[in-house]
Amino acid sequence: MPESLTKFIFGRLTLESLPLHEPIVVVTFIVVALGGLAVLGAITYFKLWGYLWREWFTSVDHKKIGVMYMALGLVMLLRGFSDAIMMRLQQAIAFNGSEGYLNAHHYDQIFTAHGVIMIFFVAMPFVTGLMNFVVPLQIGARDVSFPFLNNFSFWMTVGGAILVMASLFVGEFARTGWLAYPPLSGIDYSPDVGVDYYIWALQVAGVGTTLSGINLICTIIKMRAPGMTMMRMPIFTWTSLCTNVLIVASFPVLTAVLTLLALDRYVGTNFFTNDFGGNPMMYVNLIWIWGHPEVYILILPLFGVFSEVTSTFSGKRLFGYTSMVYATVVITILSYLVWLHHFFTMGSGASVNSFFGITTMIISIPTGAKMFNWLFTMYRGRIRFELPMMWTLAFMLTFVVGGMTGVLLAVPPADFVLHNSLFLIAHFHNVIIGGVLFGLFAGIAYWWPKAFGFRLDPFWGKVSFWCWVLGFWFAFMPLYILGLMGVTRRMRVFDDPSLQIWFVIAAFGAVLIAGGIAAFLVQIFVSIRRREALADHTGDPWDGRTLEWSTSSPPPAYNFAFTPVIRDNDAWFDMKRAGYRRPLSGFKPIHMPKNTGTGVILAALSVALGFGLIWYMWWLAALSFVCLIATAIGHTFNYHRDFDIPAAEVAQTEEARTTLLAAQG
Amino acid sequence: MSAQDHAGHDHTHGGAAHGSLKGYLIGFVLSVILTAIPFWLVMDGVIDNKQATAVIVMAFAAVQIIVHMVFFLHMTPASEGGWSMLALIFTVILVVIVLSGSLWVMYHLNANMMPGLHEMRQMP
Repeated sequence: MPESLTKFIFGRLTLESLPLHEPIVVVTFIVVALGGLAVLGAITYFKLWGYLWREWFTSVDHKKIGVMYMALGLVMLLRGFSDAIMMRLQQAIAFNGSEGYLNAHHYDQIFTAHGVIMIFFVAMPFVTGLMNFVVPLQIGARDVSFPFLNNFSFWMTVGGAILVMASLFVGEFARTGWLAYPPLSGIDYSPDVGVDYYIWALQVAGVGTTLSGINLICTIIKMRAPGMTMMRMPIFTWTSLCTNVLIVASFPVLTAVLTLLALDRYVGTNFFTNDFGGNPMMYVNLIWIWGHPEVYILILPLFGVFSEVTSTFSGKRLFGYTSMVYATVVITILSYLVWLHHFFTMGSGASVNSFFGITTMIISIPTGAKMFNWLFTMYRGRIRFELPMMWTLAFMLTFVVGGMTGVLLAVPPADFVLHNSLFLIAHFHNVIIGGVLFGLFAGIAYWWPKAFGFRLDPFWGKVSFWCWVLGFWFAFMPLYILGLMGVTRRMRVFDDPSLQIWFVIAAFGAVLIAGGIAAFLVQIFVSIRRREALADHTGDPWDGRTLEWSTSSPPPAYNFAFTPVIRDNDAWFDMKRAGYRRPLSGFKPIHMPKNTGTGVILAALSVALGFGLIWYMWWLAALSFVCLIATAIGHTFNYHRDFDIPAAEVAQTEEARTTLLAAQG
Repeated sequence: MSAQDHAGHDHTHGGAAHGSLKGYLIGFVLSVILTAIPFWLVMDGVIDNKQATAVIVMAFAAVQIIVHMVFFLHMTPASEGGWSMLALIFTVILVVIVLSGSLWVMYHLNANMMPGLHEMRQMP
């Protein structure tokens, strides 16, 4: 084949682009390929493709989409954690002249991929999945406002994840750090495909995130059950609302700034270059206008989870509901006023730095108020130390330490010493693991019985809990100490042998966390095996207080046969106290949205578009873009979007539940 | 394609009036006037001070936005049960924070970190 034709078809993708010279990547590829083939083979052998496609991939049911988000988050957690433990091992052995086992090219990709994956493809899918599953149930709705959009959003997130995963084996990932600051991420200093993978993976996933934010805001504002005023909404719904407002307001900034970076790289504009009037500092400014709200996007829903869990397992109404709501709203606004604390050292001077230092410290006030609300909820409560409650207590102890080091970093002179040091790394892992991750595990343990009809095995849950909590403290306390001694982040080799012991302790912590993740997987496996023994037929295993516990576990496709009427906060607790009886007759047909495969197709075309743009395969990019638009327009002519669940079927489903409940006595 | 069509759903259209011909005409005339004046100001050089002209043009643009929202988007403080107004206020707050904050921050960064830039500007 003539060279020009090869170049036309494959762009800059050549055989040399495959990382065959990196033995670690090759072995990883073989393992992943064998594992993937085994999974695909098993699905084919058990003839599950049709089932998965009909019941899951094309589903517009918010519960199934929520579960799929959680599965995506779990898979990507394994990838992100592999990166983490590789870094820990490298840093633990690269002393006394040793180069460790990772070369600089590979190591730089690993720390970038770790950050990108953990934020965008672990924390975000987990948080979105939880909101997707829980919010409609908590407000007494049958689905979200735009069920197809929900499915499409999910698959766009998957599309972004696929692009990041592809970069591991085809080409390379960015070597710039997780926010890809220019000029390093510009075409002059990063001419390879790494940054392009970064840009297009985040753009594709960003579409999904923004649309899912719009969807959930509409759902919460428009689809609450009658009687549920704003101040009667469960606190998790409140925090979800604020989170999604933050998503809708901040993600467009990320999209815009990445578009400008892409223009710099693709068509030679000079927004962020060093010369021709470009200004790289503008990129740092803009990306943190997105970046700071992003950390609140991650933590706010988990504050909601902790509120629900504390209230349920203390058997008390949440202390200070109103102050909790206002604290959340205040955090939502304040999170837009602090972005500069991420670059105090860039040189904006004393007046600017003091302003942003003070606003940052102010945020700790509403957060502290929340902490006291949880404490007072527990005070004189009858606390049940089930798994979700254990995670909540671990969160309260861990997160407060992370919050205090955060306030310390908010003091600009202190930040000049600690900026970009391992102290910072320890701080944000302290709040992300201690807040987001612990909250997710609390939420998963809490709502798992609702999703699947059986509890998670408590023994393996406790093993996972202790491994995670101890592992966290072992892994990150040494980093605080190292940071205070002046060790900077993203180092590959070290000269000072006296530092090694701390890195070895941190690596030991990472091994403990690996045990925690393994125990979590074992917990899921064991729970599925023991599902008969762990089964819950009541739909309300924890003596819950909010509406999701009023329906069966797992809930029927239509969630509620009759829309509940709300008279108080903690609607289900109020209904139970008032002697609520399930209606047993008079069912009507229920109008529901139909499944559609369009979301999968659109996301697949977006992946092709991204891949074409990354490798300069212009024909592929153009073709997939045209197909993308055509499919989207074509879908608007699909008028067979809904159907009715017949009244007889509803009656049958409810009858089955009545029998189950009667058997419980 | 909402999955929800139960009772209690009919409170959603909180008084969002659809426009009348008269309303659209008023809006159209106002927006033409508000477009014509800035053009006139710039093309005939009515005001000598260029900075003042720019400020006045920006002010007309702001009024133009309000005219569009009232006459074409039919936003009133009561539409959608007040949610439109709340969303608008929130948006305005954020846009003001982001724009003024960025200008402030970038001004300081440029002044402190890029002295070369200013010296070059002063060159003949």
